[in-house]
Amino acid sequence: MTRRELYQRLVAHLDLPLLAGMGLLMLASLVTLYSASDHNFDRVLSQGANILVAMCCLWMVANMPLHYLLRTAVPIYTLGMLLLICVALFGDISHGARRWLNIGVATIQPSELMKIAVPLMMAWYFEKHEAALTLKNFIVAALLLLMPVALIARQPDLGTALLISASGFYVLFLAGLSWRIMISLLLAGIASAPLLWSMMHDYQRHRVEMLFDPTQDALGKGYHTIQGMIAVGSGGVFGKGYLNGTQTHLDFLPERTTDFIFAVYSEEFGMVGNLILLGMYSFVIARGFVITANASTYFTRLMAGSITLTFATYAFVNMGMVSGILPIVGVPLPLVSYGGTSMLTLLLGFGMLMSIQTHKKLVKS
Amino acid sequence: MKLPVELKDHQQDIFNFRLRLLISIVFVLSLLGVLLARFVYLQAVRHDYYQTLAEKNRISVVPIIPNRGLILDRNGRVLAHNFSGYTLEITPSKVKNLPAILDELATLIDIQPRDRKRFKKLQAESHNFETLIIRSRLSEEEVARFAAQQYRFPGVEIKARLFREYPYSEKTAHLLGYIGRINQADMDRLEEKDMLANYRGTDYIGKTGLEQYYENELHGQTGIEQVEVDSAGRAVRILSRTPPVSGNTLVLSIDAKLQEIAEQAFENYRGALVAIDPANGEVLAFVSRPGYDPSLFVDGIDADSWKALNDSPDHPLNNRVLRGQYPSGSTIKPFMALAGLYYNTRSPSVAIGDPGFYTLPGSSHQYRDWKKGGHGTVDLFKSIVISCDTYYYGLAVEMGIDNIYNFLSRFGFGKKTGIDLEGETSGLLPSQEWKMKRFKQKWFTGDTVSVGIGQGYSLVTPLQLAAATATLANDGVGYKPHLVREVRNSVSNETHKVENNPVFNIKLDPAHIDLVKRAMEAVTRPGGTAAQASAGAPYTIAGKTGTAQVVGMKQGEKYDASRIDERHRDHAWFISFAPVDKPKIAIVVLAENGGHGGGTAAPIARKVMDYYLLGKEPGVNRLITPAPVPASGVTEVEAD
Repeated sequence: MTRRELYQRLVAHLDLPLLAGMGLLMLASLVTLYSASDHNFDRVLSQGANILVAMCCLWMVANMPLHYLLRTAVPIYTLGMLLLICVALFGDISHGARRWLNIGVATIQPSELMKIAVPLMMAWYFEKHEAALTLKNFIVAALLLLMPVALIARQPDLGTALLISASGFYVLFLAGLSWRIMISLLLAGIASAPLLWSMMHDYQRHRVEMLFDPTQDALGKGYHTIQGMIAVGSGGVFGKGYLNGTQTHLDFLPERTTDFIFAVYSEEFGMVGNLILLGMYSFVIARGFVITANASTYFTRLMAGSITLTFATYAFVNMGMVSGILPIVGVPLPLVSYGGTSMLTLLLGFGMLMSIQTHKKLVKS
Repeated sequence: MKLPVELKDHQQDIFNFRLRLLISIVFVLSLLGVLLARFVYLQAVRHDYYQTLAEKNRISVVPIIPNRGLILDRNGRVLAHNFSGYTLEITPSKVKNLPAILDELATLIDIQPRDRKRFKKLQAESHNFETLIIRSRLSEEEVARFAAQQYRFPGVEIKARLFREYPYSEKTAHLLGYIGRINQADMDRLEEKDMLANYRGTDYIGKTGLEQYYENELHGQTGIEQVEVDSAGRAVRILSRTPPVSGNTLVLSIDAKLQEIAEQAFENYRGALVAIDPANGEVLAFVSRPGYDPSLFVDGIDADSWKALNDSPDHPLNNRVLRGQYPSGSTIKPFMALAGLYYNTRSPSVAIGDPGFYTLPGSSHQYRDWKKGGHGTVDLFKSIVISCDTYYYGLAVEMGIDNIYNFLSRFGFGKKTGIDLEGETSGLLPSQEWKMKRFKQKWFTGDTVSVGIGQGYSLVTPLQLAAATATLANDGVGYKPHLVREVRNSVSNETHKVENNPVFNIKLDPAHIDLVKRAMEAVTRPGGTAAQASAGAPYTIAGKTGTAQVVGMKQGEKYDASRIDERHRDHAWFISFAPVDKPKIAIVVLAENGGHGGGTAAPIARKVMDYYLLGKEPGVNRLITPAPVPASGVTEVEAD
């Protein structure tokens, strides 16, 4: 009886279908990681620990009532902005970019926090003004988005800046930003592309150039793209078999455990494996959309929609860049790539989704 | 956008949101569709292409260089072999600051300015990504010292390589030639012959001499190792291996000891010596002096050494045997005598009176004999023994240039002998046709006069003269001179003997040949122009002396060796074979600026014969002392 109660208590706020989909992806992560790290079981254990820690956070967030979640928006966003400013002023430089902040006990990457904080803040803002939304509100929301994005783009971390822009844009879109504004923004964006180009760093430009013709510099800048495409393409329909990827095990693939883990997976499991992976992602995304559709409040609808769409975007951008249709922007494959921070950010998002799903039920009942 | 300021219609709101959600779902589905299409394209449509790329990434074909074939002399003495040694090598493209790295390397390993110069030259000749040798033959200690510091020198490595070594060094340089680094011209040639594949990984190729001529035999078959490599190019495992096949061993007809003795016999003279076995054309000794150190060329010669060799007045790089063209001088007389007998221009019994000069009918120009006052009555036999010029002036004019040309060309004059070496020159046997072509002038009788004594336009190489002498010794049956006796297969050890078939047979009257041979035998006896040559020899020697003018003399001028700059002194010739009845060896000696054939060239030939026929080494065990100069006063000197 108590055991059952305890179980009930534990899973009460977890969304089991979503959890199942995530679980499959995480399993895929551990399996692929073992191959990608050249049979390094420590790497797998370390990722397991990442998952465990992130799951605890997910559980806590999932059990957090919605009004509580709503109240965290402003403090988290403010903290994130402060940290971003600190990074800009005193951050550590690595690989030519200032992204990390040393806070004594550990180094943190505040831009990761903003992946959650920005949509949260925007959803909070729209919730607050739900009763009477005007163009002014959209402009303010857009500013809430653009301030951190500008700071992150300056670091420079174009990939994260674009992804946060995307998640913020999803909030704006779902909140009802008029089509006319969206289209004119799109046109303005196209018109300003040359300006953007001139503002880009050399390495970012190269990445875009390489997208169009990676063979230009096969051993230099195009190396990542070409080796990724070779890995995916040589995998064929059924793959080379688990632990048999030559691109992987002979060290041709860069960043195999992180950004390019999809190439490892794809080389060893082939097109069939890719279809299964896409199936898993589709399932998680579909569940996210269901939760979004059923969300009871304006805030939760925006939040759930943004989280789901952002997740889908991450998956698309990563697989797209590895298979050579998008430039290399340094985005991990969600739930699969090795890394504690991105796992935590993602699971915090999923925790919110679960909270949105489960607390609504409680409210109803 | 117009937003309702009034209380919102909740239902409308939900509808709007769901519409946008639907659009989002469509958006996500289209993204998934794009990925799906991409996967199908990469993994199904273009799979073969990427599979190939992945295999190319993965598999590297590593050539295994075969050991170059050995070169042995006829008695199995090693003339060229390989030894393994360590080299210090640099890949310039991997090194940032080459001069600084070299300076630092010099603190660990002895690197001389010479090595640097040589490296610079190599660098200029090769691609940047090639690995070039900066020092070879490192000592064990140097290897150890560098190995401990290797991490400091990216792009610098120690390699174990096989080196070519020529134990007889400059003594066999002109014969063996040398191998050198493959350059662009070599690559082009290999490509033309469709042999480039077999040279993958090979750095060296025969550049001159036998190393060049027998390159195909010596090189061997390159082996192949298919290796799986990682992205850094490190071999992970071997997938398949085809072992290399070592090059074949060349067994030469050369007798290395004989070659050495010939070299020593020259003392300080420059010149050439060819010894041939008349019975089969096998070359027993092949000497061109001075030689050079062939090892200088193997890893690319430095500029200073090259300049020294190239600018030396001794022309050590000139292969005199093969490429030196000299007037034959009087050594042509036995052949001219045979021609006279052949065409019936002179019968053995007819003698002329020699006043010491010859004049053409209707001309006052005097063609002088080397002996002032002449030799008195001279028949064919005597004309060879005392080398009478006047006899041959008349003989040549009476025979005519056409007959001379026809007869001498049968002995191989004016033609390459076809020896197994590249770069042979053909000498010059003048003819009417040649003169017209060369000078657009018709042939004058006056031109024929000097041809009679081997001067004028005619030029021979020592090798040509040796081949002709061997043919004479062998009664007109001629063999192509050759250096390689047999090729020994490195795997099966089967030997392939070079065939010794006579290439021509000049049908001569045995009586004529016998007469000329007897006259030549008399040359080496008291009263002959090489009176000392056969002194004390337990076998008979046939010979003929000759002198090749280096500078012409005006009419009436007297040649005085002591007054002339050493390098303008006449070249001394001696052609010979022994024993006269059953010749086993034919030797031609050219001593540059040696003056008189009998005095300088003949003793050299004698030493070689003594070793070859008696096994007697000159110098220490000198059992037979040369007989004193005969008191009769017939000088062994001759001059034209």
